[in-house]
Amino acid sequence: MKLLSFVFLIIGIFLMMFFNSSYDTQYTSYKTLKSQSKELKESIKRGNTVYSDFCVSCHLPNGNGVNKIYPPLANSDYLEANRYASIKGLKFGLKGKIKVNGVEYNKYMPPMGLSAEEIADVMNYMNHSWGNTFGKIVTVVEVSAIK
Amino acid sequence: MKNSNLLIIISFISIVACAQKHKSIVIAEDPTTIDYTTEVVVPKLDIPWGFVFLPDGALLITEKAGKLIHFKDGVKTNIDGLPEVYLRGQGGLMDIELHPNYSENGWLYITYSSSDGEGEGGNTALIRAQLIDTKLTSVERLYKAEPNSKRGQHFGSRIEFDNDGYLYFSIGDRGNRDVNPQDITRDCGKIYRINDDGSIPNNNPFLEFPGAKTAIYSYGHRNPQGMICHPDTGEIWVHEHGPRGGDEINRIKKGKNFGWPLISYGINYSGTSFTDDTYLPGMEQPLFYWVPSIAPSGMAYVTSDVYKDWKNNLLIGSLKFEYLERLVLDNNKVVKREKLLEGMGRVRNVRQGPDGYIYASLESIGILKIVPNKY
Repeated sequence: MKLLSFVFLIIGIFLMMFFNSSYDTQYTSYKTLKSQSKELKESIKRGNTVYSDFCVSCHLPNGNGVNKIYPPLANSDYLEANRYASIKGLKFGLKGKIKVNGVEYNKYMPPMGLSAEEIADVMNYMNHSWGNTFGKIVTVVEVSAIK
Repeated sequence: MKNSNLLIIISFISIVACAQKHKSIVIAEDPTTIDYTTEVVVPKLDIPWGFVFLPDGALLITEKAGKLIHFKDGVKTNIDGLPEVYLRGQGGLMDIELHPNYSENGWLYITYSSSDGEGEGGNTALIRAQLIDTKLTSVERLYKAEPNSKRGQHFGSRIEFDNDGYLYFSIGDRGNRDVNPQDITRDCGKIYRINDDGSIPNNNPFLEFPGAKTAIYSYGHRNPQGMICHPDTGEIWVHEHGPRGGDEINRIKKGKNFGWPLISYGINYSGTSFTDDTYLPGMEQPLFYWVPSIAPSGMAYVTSDVYKDWKNNLLIGSLKFEYLERLVLDNNKVVKREKLLEGMGRVRNVRQGPDGYIYASLESIGILKIVPNKY
């Protein structure tokens, strides 16, 4: 009897540890998600400032740009599909022909001299504004890695 | 069909309901005939911000990204010895101008954005230097606006000499419109006047004003990127970018306030209004204003007889609509606007060459010469 209750106790401890740990894991991933969305939110907020300083005069507040001259960012198939090229364009300038939502653009966007953090922020702003929901958060590490 | 009609009506109402100010009195027309052709004189330039003609027929070209290019007989050479350029937003290497007696003293004047001085960021600076072989030498900094700012907007800048040898240059409001342009103890949002060596003329308007930046000649400007000395009157004329609508041509007058941002024919980019006033006492009215904005850059006054109808016209580049605007003046009023070079690229600068021909620099293209058909 004593032995049995000891075994139950052991099992109970194991069960508790198991649930506890799984609870912990769940809790951690929830925490990560929450902090990432907080991080994204803050990045988007900073990105808004960068956008209104460096981008708005051509791409406009609504992200629609000017047909055939400045490509749209709102609902832009190019921005959605070309994360790498978009970051690279912000970093080093964008030259040559690109097609955005079926319209060809062939202009030069010069580099704006933004820091890696500012590029990450403005990318996050553009990827999550005007109805866009493009991809996961762009990080400083990701921007810095693009040469 | 019904839906699309409704959409048109709704968008029309919302456009009208947005803060609207009066449109330009004269609208830009398409030319009835195109009686010129263009010839690419300097190919393959990115953002040719400024350019000058040297006495030996060479061109010196500033690329915004920070390169000074010498061009002669089809050969481009990079000129060394430029100070470090703070490349951010609209800032970079900007205008270049020759001293009126360049052939004797060799002085070149250059504006650029610089991070020198205190604080993070940068602001507009003016240097003079001499070109020896492929290098700038005797570089002297004549002016550096303060404070530095990380904002990307409105560095200006154009340089011009008047007939008395005074040097004028412009600095924009640096994106700080409610602080800089109306305060003459601060730089930015101003037209400056200095002597050719950087000293302050002893009859500048604000010498006696406590704490004033004494190089200031006029204030209340947003972002002037075109400047000429009127060939008949010697007056300095500038044009400046407005926000959404409200680009202006202004005749610069000593010590005057040109009103930005207290009066404007423009509205915010977002469509909201920041001032209801287009006129206030004590503030200058523009010679002309553009609504909608064309984003003017570069300006030339045609004095040559090379083109049939263009003598005494103003030529102004449009960054936004990608054409060169010809403005016909009658008694200092714009009476006609015509689009030239339409659809070729963003026109950054325009000049009349020593040969009387018009040269325009276009982004991603280079420098074009406008060649008239025989008349």
